[in-house]
Amino acid sequence: MPVVHIATVVPISQTVGANRIVPAVAIPHPLGNPKMDKEEEKLMRRQMVEKALNTLTTEISEQTVF
Amino acid sequence: MRILHYINQFFGQKGGEEAANYPIELVEGPVGPGGALNNMLGETAEITHTIICGDSYFNENEAVAVAGIAEIIEQVKPDLIVAGPAFNAGRYGVACGRVGKLASEMGITCISGMYPENPGYDLYKQTAYMVETKNSAADMRKALPNMAALIKTFVEKGGKLGMPAEDGYMPRNLRVNMFAEKRGAARAVDMLIAKLGGEEFTTEYPMPVFDRVEPFKALASLKDAKIGLVTSGGVVPKGNPDHIESSSAQKYGEYSIEGIFDLTEETHETAHGGYDPVKCNENSDVVLPVDVLRDLEKEGFIGSLHDKFYTTVGNGTSVSNSKKFGAEIAQKLLDAGVSAAILTST
Repeated sequence: MPVVHIATVVPISQTVGANRIVPAVAIPHPLGNPKMDKEEEKLMRRQMVEKALNTLTTEISEQTVF
Repeated sequence: MRILHYINQFFGQKGGEEAANYPIELVEGPVGPGGALNNMLGETAEITHTIICGDSYFNENEAVAVAGIAEIIEQVKPDLIVAGPAFNAGRYGVACGRVGKLASEMGITCISGMYPENPGYDLYKQTAYMVETKNSAADMRKALPNMAALIKTFVEKGGKLGMPAEDGYMPRNLRVNMFAEKRGAARAVDMLIAKLGGEEFTTEYPMPVFDRVEPFKALASLKDAKIGLVTSGGVVPKGNPDHIESSSAQKYGEYSIEGIFDLTEETHETAHGGYDPVKCNENSDVVLPVDVLRDLEKEGFIGSLHDKFYTTVGNGTSVSNSKKFGAEIAQKLLDAGVSAAILTST
């Protein structure tokens, strides 16, 4: 089962051994941004989730930060 | 000082694998490696009794074996229990460790010896003092003197052993309160200076060793994939019904999102005590993106979103708990036919 890790502190994700890594926005809101209005924020979240989903159909041979 | 020694069928000279079902036998005096150990102990201590038990017998009848050994301990009333050494023999190491746990429950110290990768060490290191050995019995001539030294130290120190490195046993992953001469900052600077100078130093907080897994092969398509959601960001139904701890989590939660298309202030919040919760409490989708995944499900971008999510608090949570949670969650996702998972961390 492939897995993607959405995490803000990428070095931690790498240290613990995640293979597919998508960098996130900030520690308290990895998929949100309080500076954006609701629609804009949801669109950004959707783009991040699409990016994360697309890593699941991408073959990798080693730890990869997308 | 009276010692009760636990050994397996092989070292008890009952036979090899064919005798692994040998039930518990109590013998007076030392047997096998116990003879050499007893000589090394000299006047310090004496092995008065030996328990011989087959490795398969112990592991296949653990409750019975433990009850039997408990009876023997009651009867013999030893001051100390010694188990093994077990080297890298898995069943033997687990048996030695379990005997150590039993001893600890009965208020008696157990000293054992095994290879660090023996599962008996990982399972039972907190309830026995284990000397590090090599992975085969060829190391007996070093293992026994090391165990004898630890037993002597134990006696000399009136049963209160010092730090693992100082007294020669493997770390037990226990935190013990102690007084240090220098404050933490000074000790840290001393260590840094030693490190920069290429000198030896001993860390007071060893970092965990993380394992590595090969990247799993990619999905052929998302259109028929069932996607699971897992988070260490502590997202829970409002009120945190299972009381997941805000730090050093002892458990994870499994919650239904059937029929839920958006996480709101009314329905969800975070139990995590290690980051500013305001944003997540307002809209938990910023940690666990249920809203957009439901949209993507509806639009056919993905086959489906798994109707349960898994959550814990990754705040000071131990690596061993995390591994345990991870293994259980992964199995549940596999059992539910989930094809891939998104993990989010705060």
